[in-house]
Amino acid sequence: MKEPYDGPILEIDGLSISFFTRLREIPAVMDFSVKVQPGEAVGLVGESGCGKSTVALGVMRDLGRNGRIVGGAIRFKGRDMADLSDSELRQIRGNEIAMIYQEPMASLNPAMKIDRQLMEVPMLHEGISEAQARSRALEVVADVKLPDPERILKAYPHQLSGGQQQRIVIAMALMSKPALLILDEPTTALDVTVEASIVELVKDLGRKYGTSMLFISHNLGLVLETCDQICVMYSGEAVERGSIEDVFDQMQHPYTQALFRSIPLPGADKNAHPLVAIPGNFPLPHERPKGCNFGPRCDYFEAGRCDAGHIPMFDVPGNERQSTRCVRFREIDWASPPTIGATHEKGEAGKVVLRMEALKKYYKVAANALFGGEKKVVKANETLSFEARESETLAIVGESGCGKSTFAKVLMGLETATEGQILLDGKNIEQIPIEKRDTKTIADVQMVFQNPFDTLNPSMTVGRQIIRALEIFGIGKTEADRHRRMLELLDLVKLPREFAGRMPRQLSGGQKQRVGIARAFAGDARIVVADEPVSALDVSVQAAVTDLLMEIQREQKTTLLFISHDLSIVRYLSDRVMVMYLGHVVELGDTAQVFSPPFHPYTEALLSAVPIADTSVKKKHIVLEGDVPSAMNPPPGCPFQTRCRWKSRVPGDLCETEVPPMRRMAEGHQVKCHLSEAEFVTMEPVIEVRTEDA
Amino acid sequence: MEPLTWAEIIPRILWQFLPVWIALLGLFALSITFKRRLGFYGKLFDSTIGMIGFALVMFWIFTGIFGAMDLIVTHDALAQASGMKNKVPGTPLRGAEAGEYPYYLLGGDNLARDVFSRTIKGSWIVVQIAPLATLFAFMVGITLGLPAGYYGGKLDTLLTFVANLVLAFPVILLFYLLVTPEIVATGIPSYMAAVLFVFPLIFAGVLLNSRYQTRPAVRTPLLVGVLAGMGWLYLSLISDAGTPLKVLPRWLDLFDVPGGILVVFVAVVFVNAPTVFRIVRGLTLDIKTRDYVAAAQTRGEGGWYIMLWEILPNARGPLIVDFCLRIGYTTILLGTLGFFGLGMPPESPDWGSTINEGRKLLTIYLHPALPPAFALLSLVLGLNLLADGLREESLRD
Amino acid sequence: MAIFLLRRLGVMLLTTLCLTFVVFWLTNLQPNLEKLAKTQGNMRMTDAQVASWLEARGYARPILMKYGEWLGVVPGFVNLSADGSVQARCLDDGMTIETAPRYCGVLQGEWGYSTVFREDVSDIISIRLGLTAKLMLWVMILMVPSALLLGVLAGMREGSRTDRALSTISITTTATPEYVSGVILIAVFASSAVGLKWFKGTATSAMEDANFENFFLPVLTIALFGMGYIARMTRASMAEVMTAQYIRTARLKGVSFPNIVMKHALRNALIAPFTVIMLQFPWLLNGVVIVETLFNYKGFGWTLVQAAGNNDIELLLGVSVVSVIVVLVTQLISDIGYVYLNPRISVS
Ligand SMILES: Nc1ncnc2c1ncn2[C@@H]1O[C@H](COP(=O)(O)OP(=O)(O)O)[C@@H](O)[C@H]1O
Ligand code: SF4
Ligand code: SF4
Ligand SMILES: [Mg+2]
Repeated sequence: MKEPYDGPILEIDGLSISFFTRLREIPAVMDFSVKVQPGEAVGLVGESGCGKSTVALGVMRDLGRNGRIVGGAIRFKGRDMADLSDSELRQIRGNEIAMIYQEPMASLNPAMKIDRQLMEVPMLHEGISEAQARSRALEVVADVKLPDPERILKAYPHQLSGGQQQRIVIAMALMSKPALLILDEPTTALDVTVEASIVELVKDLGRKYGTSMLFISHNLGLVLETCDQICVMYSGEAVERGSIEDVFDQMQHPYTQALFRSIPLPGADKNAHPLVAIPGNFPLPHERPKGCNFGPRCDYFEAGRCDAGHIPMFDVPGNERQSTRCVRFREIDWASPPTIGATHEKGEAGKVVLRMEALKKYYKVAANALFGGEKKVVKANETLSFEARESETLAIVGESGCGKSTFAKVLMGLETATEGQILLDGKNIEQIPIEKRDTKTIADVQMVFQNPFDTLNPSMTVGRQIIRALEIFGIGKTEADRHRRMLELLDLVKLPREFAGRMPRQLSGGQKQRVGIARAFAGDARIVVADEPVSALDVSVQAAVTDLLMEIQREQKTTLLFISHDLSIVRYLSDRVMVMYLGHVVELGDTAQVFSPPFHPYTEALLSAVPIADTSVKKKHIVLEGDVPSAMNPPPGCPFQTRCRWKSRVPGDLCETEVPPMRRMAEGHQVKCHLSEAEFVTMEPVIEVRTEDA
Repeated sequence: MEPLTWAEIIPRILWQFLPVWIALLGLFALSITFKRRLGFYGKLFDSTIGMIGFALVMFWIFTGIFGAMDLIVTHDALAQASGMKNKVPGTPLRGAEAGEYPYYLLGGDNLARDVFSRTIKGSWIVVQIAPLATLFAFMVGITLGLPAGYYGGKLDTLLTFVANLVLAFPVILLFYLLVTPEIVATGIPSYMAAVLFVFPLIFAGVLLNSRYQTRPAVRTPLLVGVLAGMGWLYLSLISDAGTPLKVLPRWLDLFDVPGGILVVFVAVVFVNAPTVFRIVRGLTLDIKTRDYVAAAQTRGEGGWYIMLWEILPNARGPLIVDFCLRIGYTTILLGTLGFFGLGMPPESPDWGSTINEGRKLLTIYLHPALPPAFALLSLVLGLNLLADGLREESLRD
Repeated sequence: MAIFLLRRLGVMLLTTLCLTFVVFWLTNLQPNLEKLAKTQGNMRMTDAQVASWLEARGYARPILMKYGEWLGVVPGFVNLSADGSVQARCLDDGMTIETAPRYCGVLQGEWGYSTVFREDVSDIISIRLGLTAKLMLWVMILMVPSALLLGVLAGMREGSRTDRALSTISITTTATPEYVSGVILIAVFASSAVGLKWFKGTATSAMEDANFENFFLPVLTIALFGMGYIARMTRASMAEVMTAQYIRTARLKGVSFPNIVMKHALRNALIAPFTVIMLQFPWLLNGVVIVETLFNYKGFGWTLVQAAGNNDIELLLGVSVVSVIVVLVTQLISDIGYVYLNPRISVS
């Protein structure tokens, strides 16, 4: 059974892990050390591929057939994990160390009921009876705040929503009250408001059960909210380690600094304070430079020292437990402000180019995909009205299923509208499917897609794909013309011209996204719909791609419709914001208007849900109950009424019965809510920057 | 002369295969040297399974080709030698003339023909028909499967229904119904051939048209040239003096396919096409949800361009693997046809017919039936291993 | 569920109608009929005689009408010829034209009369089908468990030595069609020349009294070919399941390897092979025909060959209908079973 233990729960010391492939050894983690004290939460951040998951699986000793620990030691409660036999290891897994990872649906056995999956854990490790295990399961399911635990226990995983599944995964991890919980990006696949509630839950439970945590994330904001200690990783190594306050406010490694400068914190602004992207690309594991891995991208690089040889971790004097892997950390002036690239005048919004009027899109779908059944109407877009001007960025914000993509499809002509109109330069296009549109219209309205790994045809060279777009848009008279234009487009998106002959798989995510942008601008698009263009990219690349989009927009006076769920980036780059929920536009206004009270209750919750990586920011805590309802069964009345915390302030059952009207709050600011003027006035800002730091 | 012992027969057989060994050695030496520059094909040489499979397949392909050039065979596959009926392997040929090979290496069959030479000649028939028939089945399956998966709706329902109809039909029954002389006399297989063989034309036409539509100056001459060439081949193929479909005058008819072979060909294409259709349809359903397809749609590309240039190239991995497997299956089907004496000419040395003849005396004489049986087994095994190796390699990286 | 079943049944009915019509059409083509006339009547009939022979028996009428009669939805053909003799489709021995039923098609249970066996088609089919059912039963008993075992063992540790060995076995058996494996097995186990003489090379005696000696080889021959295919499917499915996240979850919960395989992997891994087993039936039918011919076991497959080879139209039609129905029924079962095995498909 579990003995009490008061040393560090987990000690990783000089851990190195390699994967062995046919061609070569891939060192995924090198010389990695970290300590987790009892009751402490340690955050592990870094870009994808830097080895975070490998560390976690190394701790669990589950590296697959080709992974091996090639150096260092992992001690759990003082015992070296390498000395454990298989059965001792099994006794620790699930019982003393539990792990939660990214895809909740994939982590649960689809053919096994929830109760079986939960009960298995204590029955295995504590040998308790089925009845006892079941009552424990009930208890824990209630602990993770799931409604109706009895029903949930009897369900199969696919019958639950993503948020509920992740709660079950957490419950499963807590069934045996482990001493250490490893969470590998537990919320990445979830919507922001659901993410916020899961994070809240994890923090509460950590406190309640006294569990230590190793929290892996690529999101600095999340780590700030959940952890006490942080360890920043870059290309297989820990580069900086220390308490949250030390690392966030007195960082001692150029990579950490660059990371913070590339994420849009409140106060960043695309014109006055543009983000500073990290130049270059993340090195592949087998192409790491000699000496400091960050060297080729580091502003402080000094030949002869930084590339001399292996760089160890240096303790930072004065700050207990802080250390950094940089030879120059004592010399660097950490307080000097970043050299800001060119600042720009705010572009003037020009004439209206696109106008939507009461646009509706309903889908008829079979209730059950396999067995048919009666048709249901899904109202994907309800009376959308807005206008967009030249050189303007309009952000469309909302969680999955709110109708963002449907709207984009109707605009592009992949679907036709059910009702209402879309006017492009005063001409109606809502009923013209793409096959019937003239080349000019098509070339004018183009799209940038979300997933960089999916946006390019994997079996065609980059150059060919751009040339094809030119061909289709009727640009250039000869093949040579088009080739020249293609090279110019590569210049436009700041890719080397050699890339024309490359296959997409030879490009990194950010580079693919640039090609996608080049392709969209091939026909000199005037309206570009960018569907979450950077959300799948790493933070350091996000800044560069965002800036590129802004720059092209400034030059070409493009109207940018920027679809996103990430309010930080929206605040950074958009001029106006439209918030959507279940097909409805619930709020529309200038960025400043939307981000400050009064706001729609949903906007308020969204703002509160976004993690912000800034210790000087104080956020009001608003956690939404439950999930976004399905678009198949929307609630009657106000679409947001099932989760609204302001509902009680509206007299009678107005919210449950009547769809609220669009109300004008100020010039250009509209909110769809029944709340009275007086209530709106009482709303407080969600985000406050503490003045002493500002 | 004394009959040869097995210790003498085996080296002699290996020696007969000398051209094949040389060809195989050359092919492998070249391929392994340049494997890093040969793309998907080169990666095959990283997998042991794949290499074994490839070696087996190439062995039979080379054997087929050299056999057709009369290099490996020791005797005329159809000639009967007196006194060699059912003789065991290694029996010396009675009264062998000068220049004639003095032994029946693998014995004689019940018509006193040389089993070894028949097996070699049989490989040529398989090596010719199986890949070609599979290719045609793929053309049909791809040309119909892409739109079914891409457009869905009524077209999909109809095509899927028809495909399932063919699939629910017991293959053997279909063969009996299609390949009997009475039905061949009505010309139904010829009409089916006319329909099935037109698909490569459609395929090539649409492929080129969709690609060069934006440049009419290139497209029109290209299309005219390619379609005219393929059209001529097509007409030569289907038009045959013995059938109701005699469209080309004699002097324009490039070649004639022996009647029985054409019918066999049609039958095999017909039963394979629906399965290919289902695979292509499934792959299309999957790939059409990708963003690059959406990107093509939003720039106003036509349906066929998207299907043939955006979807099909990205489905090639599973299709190549299935192609190998399907050649193996086709080989088995051809054998089945031969086994039931359907379609193939009576003297034909193809493996199925030879096994069928050999089995009748199987409990007494083993040697006529076993060589073709092992030949077929090793070829199909090779194709399966090759497919496995390809699948493994395409999943990696 | 009821709607689903009804729809499936509807499609199945339509498929049966289409396929039987195709068979009917192919078997009733003019050359077939002429051949029938000559074999039934007289080999040296002139063309005119053949035509009148066919005319008198109602063969020279529109195909749809004949199909309707055969099906039993159109009244049977009656021909009162000038000389007073009566030719009628529904006229059996000992019946007069008055007592004969108006409809006599498949739906009424009148499957026709075999010209080769000189027996009622329905009798032949029921006896032969029974014999084949016996064969298939043993094939299934041998094939399914061993295939699943082979697949699961190979797939649970992908790339291991066990996997390599078992996969090679299953690839080899899929590469060996029945007419090859049958020949090899007979050569090894039954040949009087060099073989081991453990089993018999024919299974004719197994029709009455099946025992290990006379029945094992045919059963094994069919089972081997199908087994490799199912085993490979199972292996692929098992290997995929073993790399799934939820298997990692189970491993990290501390579940032992045998329990992971039994409790977590097996059910998920068997969903795909189940469909495959059921869809194997049209193929198995192929094997049955080959093996019954090879081993001279006079079952359904053997009957098919006899009917097709001897232009026995009514028998061939009957055989076709039955085999098509068997195939479709197994497909239906596979659909329903899939729904039950896979909890992700909800039946509301
Ligand atoms: N099974 C494996 N075989 C080969 N390389 C691997 C394997 N798993 C991970 N890697 C490599 O190890 C590095 C670290 O990966 P990972 O730990 O997943 O990073 P993170 O969790 O930070 O995104 C990556 O370069 C990745 O390609
Ligand atoms: S060691 Fe040199 S290159 Fe590396 S982070 Fe420090 S200053 Fe930059
Ligand atoms: S209308 Fe009512 S339920 Fe809807 S957002 Fe306003 S207060 Fe909340
Ligand atoms: Mg990871």
